[in-house]
Amino acid sequence: MSSYPDTVAGIATALAKREFSSKEITSHYLAQIAAVDGQLNSYITVCNERALEDAKAADELRSRGEAGPMTGVPYAHKDIFCTKGIRTSCGSRMLDNFVAPYDATVSGRLNEAGMVLLGKTNMDEFAMGSSNESSYYGPVLNPWKTSAVPGGSSGGSAAAVAARIAPCATATDTGGSIRQPAALCGVSGLKPTYGKVSRYGMIAFASSLDQGGPIATTAEDLGLMTNVMASFDRKDSTSIDHTIVDHVGELSASIKGLRLGIPKQFFDSALDPDVATATRDAIAELEGLGAVATEIDIPSIGLAIPAYYVISSAECSSNLSRYDGVRFGYRCDDPIDLEDMYIRSRSEGLGNETKRRILIGTYALSSGYYDAYYAKAQRIRRLIRESFTSALADVDAIVGPTSPSVAFDLGEKTSDPVSMYLSDIYTTAVNLAGLPAVSVPAGFVKGLPVGLQLIGNDFEESKLLRIAHQYQSVTDWHKRKPPIG
Amino acid sequence: MNWETVIGLEIHAQLATDSKIFSAASTEYGAEPNSQASAVDLGLPGVLPVLNERVIEMAVLFGLAIGATISRSSVFARKNYFYPDLPKGYQISQYAEPIVAGGKLEIPLDGHRSRIIDVTRAHLEEDAGKSVHENFQDSTGIDLNRAGTPLLEIVSEPQMNSASQAVAYMRTMHQLVRYLGICDGNMQEGSFRCDANVSVRQAGTSTLGTRTEIKNLNSFRFIEKAIDYEVERQIDLIESGASVVQETRLYDPDSDETRTMRSKEDSHDYRYFPDPDLLPIQISSEYLETAASKLPELPRQKRERFANQYELNASDAVFLCEEPARADYFESAVRSSNADPQLSVNWISGELSAALNRSNLSIEKSPVNADIFGKLIARIADNTVSGKIAKQVFEIMWDTQQYPDDIIAEKGLQQVTDDSAIENFVDQVLNDNPDQIEQYRAGKEKVFGFFVGQVMKLSRGKANPGQVNTLLKKRLS
Repeated sequence: MSSYPDTVAGIATALAKREFSSKEITSHYLAQIAAVDGQLNSYITVCNERALEDAKAADELRSRGEAGPMTGVPYAHKDIFCTKGIRTSCGSRMLDNFVAPYDATVSGRLNEAGMVLLGKTNMDEFAMGSSNESSYYGPVLNPWKTSAVPGGSSGGSAAAVAARIAPCATATDTGGSIRQPAALCGVSGLKPTYGKVSRYGMIAFASSLDQGGPIATTAEDLGLMTNVMASFDRKDSTSIDHTIVDHVGELSASIKGLRLGIPKQFFDSALDPDVATATRDAIAELEGLGAVATEIDIPSIGLAIPAYYVISSAECSSNLSRYDGVRFGYRCDDPIDLEDMYIRSRSEGLGNETKRRILIGTYALSSGYYDAYYAKAQRIRRLIRESFTSALADVDAIVGPTSPSVAFDLGEKTSDPVSMYLSDIYTTAVNLAGLPAVSVPAGFVKGLPVGLQLIGNDFEESKLLRIAHQYQSVTDWHKRKPPIG
Repeated sequence: MNWETVIGLEIHAQLATDSKIFSAASTEYGAEPNSQASAVDLGLPGVLPVLNERVIEMAVLFGLAIGATISRSSVFARKNYFYPDLPKGYQISQYAEPIVAGGKLEIPLDGHRSRIIDVTRAHLEEDAGKSVHENFQDSTGIDLNRAGTPLLEIVSEPQMNSASQAVAYMRTMHQLVRYLGICDGNMQEGSFRCDANVSVRQAGTSTLGTRTEIKNLNSFRFIEKAIDYEVERQIDLIESGASVVQETRLYDPDSDETRTMRSKEDSHDYRYFPDPDLLPIQISSEYLETAASKLPELPRQKRERFANQYELNASDAVFLCEEPARADYFESAVRSSNADPQLSVNWISGELSAALNRSNLSIEKSPVNADIFGKLIARIADNTVSGKIAKQVFEIMWDTQQYPDDIIAEKGLQQVTDDSAIENFVDQVLNDNPDQIEQYRAGKEKVFGFFVGQVMKLSRGKANPGQVNTLLKKRLS
């Protein structure tokens, strides 16, 4: 075939109709990766041999009539999900040599669905970053403009999907790490409700905020991927036993009469005026589909960034203590004693942004500072959760921009961590509240994609995807392809 | 100057679960290093803890037994510090909201007095692994088999005033956890151990002196010796004009002294915070009711019941109730013997205990089980055998596990109770010893014992001693 469909739904349908085999489509993507990824650096590991073996196995399943809806569909996997037998680096020198003896629950589910793992995608080290510049494996470049960042931390997943060198990818979102890179790369991303996708085997950054989810080109594909990724898992005590298993069934329903809340705090001075215009145009488009938009007021949104950076850094400082050079991962050469081994293994094995967060978190939890920082941040977190859920009692979804600007240039914010942290200004509150949110492409500013963020109530992923799908059925932003790819 | 000692204990009781507190790995003691450490116990990236529900049940049972408040919602917290045998760089414990709050324990003092010691709290936590220094040159081995073993840390108020009170508290707690079946109490394997916080102050003052903490005491004897040494050390320091430094110390049994482990300046800031990987433990009223219904008879109740039901004196009741297994053995033996319970007590504290000690066995492992032990008691009670012969029977039972009746029949050990048979023995002894008869009749009553001995000897120990007495007296009068 000369041209293959580039959506999950398209590939799945074609595979089911036997228009091509999994081996063919997998080979196609592997060839594209080989041709394109040199310019993007979106993959850390490409699994050429295993992908072809998996594709062959998927084709055999299909020939035996045992294929499921996603069997044989290729995907890229963020290098934060443990994969048995394949290195899982988490973007860090610390885990450059780490091969997990187990699969993450999500990895296992994707395998069981018969999907084909193309490779493991690049990311900010331990998912800490908003530009993918903190990866030990070098930055990922934005396929729309290679001097710009792809966003982070799931920059590799977003760039790979945007460049059509993966039809879809897994990702994780602790403070915006799915939505912001999806927005900056012009693709779609879903951060599910906290507890919906198992965290078992997903290397922890900030346990109470981390949530796995998909990046793809369309809302429909996000739904198909969520069907595979989400599950109740006894191995994760924070996993929630929910009953919704189908996320595509409601996509075609009208959004007429749905109430959209537009927080005025999302249109503050931090927002690039052109991004504001694009966002308002997108909201107008939704109104054109019958949705009813009203301005709402959620003052606590302004407290989200400091609370988020205190809580996430505190948890990270503890979660990353296990990287001590004792049992696995990087160990410095010739330690003279235990303390030297700890200090040098961690100093050499971890990057600057990771160290900065560990220091912030350690400070915030220290005796005498706990109440002023961690305890206060937790109170703010409860306040934010309450204000979002009370707003969502009156509206079906909260709508606004995903990121305050389009993709910024490499190096532009690396010397100023606070300006980097502010690129998460519209996303972190959602993680603090534990709510689901989607980002979909909604226009361009200076040739770079803009993302529209839709936030819903607990477990209302299907409603968000329905709004996103309806929007995508009257717009073509998500179909635009970057110059690289 | 008069000094008063103040002691508080933190006991670590290993909970008797089959698997670890947050993983499915086995808790069995003594396996090959690292053969019982799962990915969770190793702290590998991405893995998550899942609470073993059994530990909640055990902690609740303990709380109910000491009359504590069971927290309806308690929280696991992370205690952060770096140590090679602490795989995650933090220990999962409970801090601000422990599962058991308050509670009281009555401990025996000298004589028949007792006092109540307040328990501050008890919380659940995971144990760390072990650093191994033997067989390694210029390096240290790590064995993570113990990592993740469930512990109940029981913290007392600083209310004990002597090493012997501390030991009494420790013993009483040891007895309690075994009664509850929540800890095997094996101190050698470290299943039950404590840290002692010790300080001294001038008698009559109310502020506490600077304390030191003696870590990891795992025998009653070491607790007593370590505290005695430490108290003397502190008093010497103060009396010589120096002051006690707040620090952690270790007791060295070989030199019988305590020495500095780490000073307060080196102490960690543990940066406790709620573990985001685990939900709070929620305990409902129904759960508490069910747990209360499972509460076994406690040592004190059992002692009182034994004293009443079996008409035992206090020290026998204390002896029998020291261990639940001994109490159970006694009750089974009494049931099986259907005889005076005192006879069972005497034989348990006498022959049985001696034999168990000789073989270094616990009563659970006794080769003579309570049922056949009771059968022997029955034969003593119904005069089939005398006490002396019964000892021979017991020894054979110990070696062969045979029934006492079979042994008695086989060896012909049945007591002679036929008056005419005993009269024959008596007559023969009197005929053979005319001189002694004269001595006896001359008023030397001690000679009576000689006759009894001779009759018993002649009967090869089988003549009923009571009847021998009666018949001898009749003949000699």
